[in-house]
Amino acid sequence: MKGNPYLFAAYAATWIIHIAYIGTIVSRYARLKREIDELKKPGLRSQEKPEARS
Amino acid sequence: MSKLFFIFALLTLLLLGYALHAALVTAPTERTMGDVQRIFYYHVPSAWTAFILFFINFGASVYYLIKRNPTADIVALVCAEVGVVFCTVVLITGPIWARPVWGIWWTWDMRLTSTLVLWLIYVSYLFLRRFSSSGQTPTLAAALAVLGALCVPFVYFSIWFFRTQHPQPVMGGGGSIDPRMLHVLLINWLAFSCFAFLVCWSRYRLERLQRDVDHAHAMEALRDPRGKLR
Repeated sequence: MKGNPYLFAAYAATWIIHIAYIGTIVSRYARLKREIDELKKPGLRSQEKPEARS
Repeated sequence: MSKLFFIFALLTLLLLGYALHAALVTAPTERTMGDVQRIFYYHVPSAWTAFILFFINFGASVYYLIKRNPTADIVALVCAEVGVVFCTVVLITGPIWARPVWGIWWTWDMRLTSTLVLWLIYVSYLFLRRFSSSGQTPTLAAALAVLGALCVPFVYFSIWFFRTQHPQPVMGGGGSIDPRMLHVLLINWLAFSCFAFLVCWSRYRLERLQRDVDHAHAMEALRDPRGKLR
């Protein structure tokens, strides 16, 4: 198999799309983890900016 | 994450590596198109995987409309999202193959246009899920998904019913394919199906967690400063 720019572009594009999507899942996990840690702190949330969640 | 998830992820990674090797090295070179034909080993399995995910989205949406089951709602959302990712791959790898073979990136052919419309329907579905805050959103999204799913068989069979530039289907299209090529195609399909399942699994867990956190926030908002429910 010789190097073909179209073939390379198609395979690269496929993996860039999949990796980018996995990246969004990982970042959403990280954000949720922070939220969960915040929720676990007892009594803190009720004292902090109550309008933030409205 | 569970141990089972990591074992499955490792196996999927190995399978994807083997499938890539098979597509680039093992599969014979096509006489007319040459190496550019190897795009087919990513393009076609991605399309099949997207269709299967949209089909599961359809089943889950119908189930949600009948039973109002929240798990079915999550399954529908997850399958639509991952299906859109695979459909995006189809819409990008197709024109990359078409440029050297047809001499153009895109043509308003029935198969290409209907695939683009299918993609737009499911992107609309995801926009609805993302930006609507109404309590009716899951129901409206499920209704849209049922209508969107009608487009899937239309996309698949469009090359039978209309004059089109797109090659005939590999399965049931009356064309023939070298058995070695078919083998590599099926290996890639299996690899992408496992990969899609893995991504859906992660996304499902994420969505469940998100809903639990939203519920916890709602409960927090209901508490008075002394920590009692209002």
